[in-house]
Amino acid sequence: MAIAGTAAIAAEQGLTAEEYERIRALLGREPSVEELGVFGVMWSEHCSYKSSRLFLRQLPTTGPQVVQGPGENAGAVDVGGGLAAVFKVESHNHPSFVEPFQGAATGVGGILRDVFTMGARPIAILDSIRFGTLDQPRTAYLVKGVVGGIAHYGNCVGVPTVGGELVFDPGYERNIIVNAFTIGLVPADRIVRARAAGPGNPVMYVGSRTGRDGIHGASLLASAALDASAPDKRPAVQVGDPFAEKLLLEACLALLRTDHVVAIQDMGAAGLTSSAIEMAGRGGAGIVLDLDRVPLREEGMTPYEILLSESQERMLLVARAGAEAAVAEIFARWDLEAVVIGQITGDGCFRARWHGNEVCALPVDALTTEAPVYRRPAHEPERLDEMQRLDLATVPIPADLGGTLLTMLESPNLCSREWVYRQYDQFVGGNTVLRPGGDAAVVRIEGTRRALALTLDCNQRYSQLDPYLGAVLSVVEAARNCVAVGARPLAVSDCLNYGNPERPEVMWEFQHGIAGIRDACLALETPVVSGNVSFYNETEGRNIPPTPAIAMVGLLEDLDQLLTPWWKNEGDVIVLLGRTREELGGSEYLAVVHGQVRGTPPWIDLEAERRLHQVVLTAARERLLRSAHDVGAGGLAVALAECAFGGVGLGVRVRLEEDVRVDAFLFGESQSRILVSLRRRHLRRFEEIARREGVPCTVLGEVRGHAIVIGDVINLPVDDLRERWRRALERSLGA
Amino acid sequence: MTARLQARVIVTPRRGILDPHGRAVLQSLHALGFTEVAEVRVGKYLEIGLRELGRDAAAERVRAMCEQLLANGVIEDFRIDIDEEPR
Amino acid sequence: MRWGVVIFPGSNDDRDTLRAIEQVVGDEALPLWHKDRTVHGVDCVVLPGGFSYGDYLRCGAIARFSPVMEAVSAHARAGGLVLGICNGFQILCEAGLLPGALVRNRGLRFLCDIVTVRVETSETPFTYGCKAGELLQLPIKHGEGCWVADDATVAALEAEHRIVLRYTDRLGRATAAANPNGSLANVAGLCNAERNVVGLMPHPEHAVERLTGSEDGLRLFRSARAWLGRAAAGARREPALVPGP
Repeated sequence: MAIAGTAAIAAEQGLTAEEYERIRALLGREPSVEELGVFGVMWSEHCSYKSSRLFLRQLPTTGPQVVQGPGENAGAVDVGGGLAAVFKVESHNHPSFVEPFQGAATGVGGILRDVFTMGARPIAILDSIRFGTLDQPRTAYLVKGVVGGIAHYGNCVGVPTVGGELVFDPGYERNIIVNAFTIGLVPADRIVRARAAGPGNPVMYVGSRTGRDGIHGASLLASAALDASAPDKRPAVQVGDPFAEKLLLEACLALLRTDHVVAIQDMGAAGLTSSAIEMAGRGGAGIVLDLDRVPLREEGMTPYEILLSESQERMLLVARAGAEAAVAEIFARWDLEAVVIGQITGDGCFRARWHGNEVCALPVDALTTEAPVYRRPAHEPERLDEMQRLDLATVPIPADLGGTLLTMLESPNLCSREWVYRQYDQFVGGNTVLRPGGDAAVVRIEGTRRALALTLDCNQRYSQLDPYLGAVLSVVEAARNCVAVGARPLAVSDCLNYGNPERPEVMWEFQHGIAGIRDACLALETPVVSGNVSFYNETEGRNIPPTPAIAMVGLLEDLDQLLTPWWKNEGDVIVLLGRTREELGGSEYLAVVHGQVRGTPPWIDLEAERRLHQVVLTAARERLLRSAHDVGAGGLAVALAECAFGGVGLGVRVRLEEDVRVDAFLFGESQSRILVSLRRRHLRRFEEIARREGVPCTVLGEVRGHAIVIGDVINLPVDDLRERWRRALERSLGA
Repeated sequence: MTARLQARVIVTPRRGILDPHGRAVLQSLHALGFTEVAEVRVGKYLEIGLRELGRDAAAERVRAMCEQLLANGVIEDFRIDIDEEPR
Repeated sequence: MRWGVVIFPGSNDDRDTLRAIEQVVGDEALPLWHKDRTVHGVDCVVLPGGFSYGDYLRCGAIARFSPVMEAVSAHARAGGLVLGICNGFQILCEAGLLPGALVRNRGLRFLCDIVTVRVETSETPFTYGCKAGELLQLPIKHGEGCWVADDATVAALEAEHRIVLRYTDRLGRATAAANPNGSLANVAGLCNAERNVVGLMPHPEHAVERLTGSEDGLRLFRSARAWLGRAAAGARREPALVPGP
């Protein structure tokens, strides 16, 4: 007989008093402790999205390219040839702050499973990782741990890590951000979903054994007696085993090529519980589990612990009746266990039994569709008004602009990330066409001339100054990065990192962020097919800046249209598409050189941005361009230098534009600008295309020599700049 | 009735073999002020629980385990201690 | 020519190796499952890159006991060709088919990059089509690529021209700065006394198209074909070439 719970236990599970009452009303009785544990996780912010669901509905999620929208383990888009690209981005922020290596590693593990559970072999990983500033001693330790963890897991599983971002901002000092993205390919008609169906179908557990990972040792419900000789009661940190994941990946992909599986989902946060309940919910089915049949690696585990364990590298699947042995055989080939632990029922109920006794009997709907939905109060943050004020007259123009460029290039957010990505296997798979260092990663679709462009972007400073515009600009930047490599942006997966939603200011930031993503995705026709919300990134009352990280997937129709940023030949003409305004709000330059974060983010006209993309993609199709590079953080001077840092190290000779302040011209972050180079004989045709779309097109100068020469204000040798840019991060980390 | 035994095996890098891990630890200790440290070698420690075996037989078997698998003779040395398994 | 690529639990580059051989080189390539006790009579067995058995205990320490390895050893003893790439090289050293051992990179970090290696001898099946002194661009991606051995072993390898590839800078100089992992004598690859078993840390299977970085890996695969063709024709082996500066 299940032991009945109490209000104290409910509170320990993270349930509010109101939620506890609601549960009692829904059930018409006292819940058991196991049932409280189940409600605790299913109604948690992480699983139920209770603070965000109302607003997430505003996001555009449909389009001709969408094969699978939000609701499954990952989203999917059509990439031609009958293939679908399956992808998602997810956060693992809190565990990574506690244990950076394992936190980041298990984050990668989790996102890989979300993709291969749909039958897609992962072909690339990207990561957005954000830390406090490098002058804090703990920062270097966290960076090394997180990068090491991503490398350890991704390399061992054999999926190339090809891109991402590394950002330093004081706002992340107590709450680092680790967002992991992965994408895989599968024939569109072979996508496997996680909808449990078929009463009588067996439910099987596959993968590693279950331990106490993620269980809070101090819980009233922990199994060991609380006495002097009891082992340490700290929560068990989840340790990832990428080797087990590799075996699991191969076995699952082999299995999913057969017809033995009705539904499959990985066990991630809230483990067995969320897996079973979500699959049952999607399929409108019921499910019964015999917890005593779950393979365990620890002795004396209780039903509560088994239900809530977050042990890694495990999957739950619903097989066709009669296919159990065939399933087990596939897993045995890879030396993995596959055990029947329950079955599907038709009663819409989630039941768990312990040696024949029922410890849980809950309507699936109560745990999923009837979970609370909150419209929390929202209020404009008071800081915004003041922060948005920026009088350029109070910002002095530096006398030594060359020195300023060097300072910018060596600054933590602009310097080379080589130290990071040299720790990642970029080659496995044999399809990495553009490795880290460009605007987007480019991975070929095997056996074809098509390729995927992948990028993961967010400018948190813009969001800090204006949560709506900041989100718009994150989407825009991601799309523009795809276009800069010659790819058409297809769809988005969003990872929304925000502070404590119980604070009205944070809720306001979130709502405006959603609106920004919505508007930008509609204008650019890039629906959101998957994503994740991470709330409660707050420590001691300090919240992170709003950080809506946008993963954009683009399609390159033909690898002949691939564009890379680097200057190719002396004499090529350098052209800037777009207009440079006199604006410095929220810029890297203002922060690094003048120590200020204020102003309003750069002006954006979504229609103009869309036309810019048209120009570049048309020019790419006509093979007019020698190089292309997005002008982003750091502005034009930084972009001109970055193009010199690859290839053969050619320099530039460009003129200054007179109609804006010189520092705004050099370092301002006006949007909708792409820097290209082309053969002189293609200039006329290119200008024609730009004119037709109404996109400003300015000849700046030409590729020449081995120095960055801008007007008569900057003249710096490329080799020297590049060396300092390359070494800066390693030096700052004391690596 | 033979007690359950536990073998404790320590595997260390052979002298003369490059041990970058040991050197990194040495440098860190020096940086922390432990300048008296002359040398650090980083190895592996294994606890092997054995079922029902006499002590001599155990020593021989564990030695074979080390020679075949647990230590690579080209680059590693090993040491074995055998005790009753702690309760 | 028929190739076999062994798949251990945790091998990652097996698929790329099979694809490189089949699609780019144009030879037949078979997957060889680690639990099988035969190599199906292939001409060359490849032990691919990856993290067999998670690199647990030591890289390659567990894989060397796989059932298939007996057949691989027999194949090698009979003069068959064996190529060990990265983890494969580690497995061959653990199995005693090649001398020395691979330990942690001196910089203690996993390192992925395209590096320059110099061909030291064309007297192996995999460098038969190359000239001694020639430079190749090949990717490396490893955390335990530092090759070590005692002085006597290193001396013997040098004297017998059994160092096959050495890390150099772009000008072909085997400097310390050009050594990515601390390997003694900048060793990137070497062979056994009979010269039919070669192990190397760089990845030729990831260097078979210019689009993905380099084509130089093709030279190694095509060399084996040429060597086999010539051996079949019964020609005498030439004396060892003196390696370049």
